[in-house]
Amino acid sequence: MVTQDTSKQRSFPKPEFTDAEAGAVTFPSSESRSFNYFSPKKKRATIYEDVTVDVQPDTDRYLSQGWIYAFQNGPGGYPVDWTGLKSTDWHRFRDPNEEWEKTIYHNNSNVVRQIQQNLENAKKAGAYSGWSRGWTQFVERHVGAWMHAENGLGMHVFVAAQRSGPTNMINTAIAVNSAHKMRFAQDLALYNLDLGESIENFDGSMHRDVWHSDPVWQPVREVVENLTAVEDWAEALFATNIVFESLVGVLFRSYLVMQIAARNGDYVTPTLIGTGENDYERDLRYTRELFTMLTGDLEHSTANKRLLQEWVNKWAPRCSRAAHELQPIWSQPQEKVVMFNDSWSAAVDGFRSVLAEFDLEEPKEMAK
Amino acid sequence: MSRQSLSKAHQKITELSWEPSFATPAQRFGTDYKFEKSPKKDPLKQIMRSYFPMEEEKDDRVYGAMDGAIRGNMFRQVQERWMEWQKLFLSIIPFPEISAARAMPMAIDAVPNPEIHNGLAVQMIDEVRHSTIQMNLKRLYMNHYIDPAGFDMTEQAWANSYSGTIGRQFGESFITGDAVTAANVYLTVVAETAFTNTLFVAMPGEAAANGDYLLPTVFHSVQSDESRHISNGYSILLMALADEDNRKLLERDLRHAWWNNHCVVDAAIGTFIEYGTKDRRKDRDSYAEMWRRWIYDDYYRSYLLPLEKYGLEIPHDLVEESWNRIVNKFYVHRVAQFFATGWPVNFWRIDPMTDEDFEWFEEKYPGWYNQFGRWWEAYNRLRYPGRNKPIAFEDVGYEYPHRCWSCMVPCLIREDMVVEKVDGRWKTYCSETCYWTDAVAFRPTYEGRETPNMGRLTGTREWETLYHNWDLADVLQDLQYVRDDGKTLIPQPHLDLDDEKKLWTLDDIRGIPFASPNITLNEMSDEEREQHIAAYRANPNVTP
Ligand SMILES: [Fe+2]
Ligand SMILES: [Fe+2]
Repeated sequence: MVTQDTSKQRSFPKPEFTDAEAGAVTFPSSESRSFNYFSPKKKRATIYEDVTVDVQPDTDRYLSQGWIYAFQNGPGGYPVDWTGLKSTDWHRFRDPNEEWEKTIYHNNSNVVRQIQQNLENAKKAGAYSGWSRGWTQFVERHVGAWMHAENGLGMHVFVAAQRSGPTNMINTAIAVNSAHKMRFAQDLALYNLDLGESIENFDGSMHRDVWHSDPVWQPVREVVENLTAVEDWAEALFATNIVFESLVGVLFRSYLVMQIAARNGDYVTPTLIGTGENDYERDLRYTRELFTMLTGDLEHSTANKRLLQEWVNKWAPRCSRAAHELQPIWSQPQEKVVMFNDSWSAAVDGFRSVLAEFDLEEPKEMAK
Repeated sequence: MSRQSLSKAHQKITELSWEPSFATPAQRFGTDYKFEKSPKKDPLKQIMRSYFPMEEEKDDRVYGAMDGAIRGNMFRQVQERWMEWQKLFLSIIPFPEISAARAMPMAIDAVPNPEIHNGLAVQMIDEVRHSTIQMNLKRLYMNHYIDPAGFDMTEQAWANSYSGTIGRQFGESFITGDAVTAANVYLTVVAETAFTNTLFVAMPGEAAANGDYLLPTVFHSVQSDESRHISNGYSILLMALADEDNRKLLERDLRHAWWNNHCVVDAAIGTFIEYGTKDRRKDRDSYAEMWRRWIYDDYYRSYLLPLEKYGLEIPHDLVEESWNRIVNKFYVHRVAQFFATGWPVNFWRIDPMTDEDFEWFEEKYPGWYNQFGRWWEAYNRLRYPGRNKPIAFEDVGYEYPHRCWSCMVPCLIREDMVVEKVDGRWKTYCSETCYWTDAVAFRPTYEGRETPNMGRLTGTREWETLYHNWDLADVLQDLQYVRDDGKTLIPQPHLDLDDEKKLWTLDDIRGIPFASPNITLNEMSDEEREQHIAAYRANPNVTP
């Protein structure tokens, strides 16, 4: 039997026809349907610009009362002197990847799905069974060690730096960069976990020992730790994405792991490392855009180039040394498909072409 | 993933961090808190691999709803009274969201616990999501709602409006000063854990009642990320509590954060809910009733009170006084009246109140009519240009208020106003606690200890100072709150768009002098000032 409780009347708001729709009436501004406080890069503003530009305000733009809180020993907000570089208009920077909420989740989810599927297929197909002991150890030790570099940079260079840039466009691009790094680091860690469950004698804790104390990795760890220690956010970004990534990151991911894995019977690792490489290419695009803007600045070009050159001179030798210390791992796998010198010169070529774009010089030590 | 493999995965991810031995991360942001003695607390865990697809799915639902709303002509049923306040609300809120993202490295700097670092980094991405998804909602409103003016200049208007500065505290407070005060106590322990309930739960309910079901879709989606953030904050709070030396700082920060959140959030959200709605069913909860449930019961009684077992002194007095201001001192109503008085310098329109509104207010807040009824009748009477000036410049028995130097909401509960000379200037404060915030809390020493990392109050804190002795028409032109015909104002004290003669233009407000109460106060002799303050406090400010 159904009984109805009439003691308590449920009440709902009544819908009402209001005709508050665009175009219902014509009056001043009734057609003003674009954000009109910034100049879009192209003719029409993109969604990315609409949801990003001026969300972080600026006293040089509309912020008329100024920042209302400050640090005890300095101004609040986003001081432009948190980097030594200067710009006549920081707000001109737009992320060429046009990253905002929707692209962040869409791209990263696609990567996640791709990796999950590859790993599942690999397990089903017994893809790890053909690995030689030498290759297994290579993955265990060196691919394993690399996860730390990605995570450390993600957390302590990129997450940290996205508090410091003078515009929302810069900080958001850096935040997205950090998400890539941390996702990739975790992917490497979880891959390591998978391998431990699939391959007998795979030591899933070895990556920590290698990262902490294997002599070939210590200079890399030293550079990574020093990158996290940089105070100037633009230096941290430049030294990491332009110098370290070119000379160490790309060297290891593209010119070593990607080249040799297949020849050692490993078709899985390259798909994973490839996602990191893809992320990096994406992140390099915004980084280039930013530093191209700064080296081409009408007023500050010379000073900016001078400072960037200092950073190149400071970081390139350190990264070069770290790269060279890694050299022994080129000869560890059974199938030695590439020589260190070939990998190195490919990496240096890439680095050179980026430096040329910024009109910067390669430090003398590297010329050999 | 199975439960077992999930916990293995979490375990594995903790292996990523290491103790550096060559160099340690730059300490860009300092704190006076200490964490050396703290046991490491684990917040809720999140793996990127499951995080991204989970959020993508949430997004798909939001964007599906957006398409549906447009196809279903939602704006034919949306109340303009409600939508106009969204021009203010949605101008403010994306900045606090993005500020929360920017605050995360401050907390990471301050708290030595890699487990928490991971949670905070994920929160950073969430907050980028929140900020841009809200900007996108606003863009949709601009494109589809009848009056885009005010939405179209949103980030500019917010940055130069008096109301933007009030809202900006809820954002700047996350990213400036002591890293723990800002990124933990203010942002998470108070703003996210307590006040997002009114923002992201109570307000969407009211939006739906006014025909807007997109705001609820977006904000509930935002709110669903909040439990992880609350867990981050709670873990840090427990770590801070492990060191006796932190106790006094925590108590200071809880007082500051609670009171500022109350002043700012209750002013804004209270006004949107009580004055932005057309839903006057008597069984619809008032803001006060919602507050009692979400803030007093759910937050104060269930979250704050249990912290007493750690020996922490909870600001009971401030919680009770906030409640007292909301129910007995008509805080929200005074704020709404102030917004409406100041309509010419807003970038949205404010609908007059009707008899039906009056009746509802009187039912929910007995005594309302005697304090505010005749003023709103005058507002209604003076709503069109031609025969009169804007209500603020007509004599309706309303004295324009001083602004609180700390919370930047005016000193509307007039008998509570505090006036003190601080840093060489006479300043007005809405309350004793706001005076304490400026004079005691935000200083380089606190109760005899050094607090070199604590923030400072800065900026041109009284907005009117910028326009002292300007012509009102010039103020509007400087603000650019003018429509695309070059003369009609964006703000209007009514919703009638059908007849251009009813719309105020620059000409209608030219020749009206604008003044700064604070500059005027500082120009007074001691005697004049004493008299002025006594009269201000005693003035019931009621329209005869
Ligand atoms: Fe948020
Ligand atoms: Fe105040």
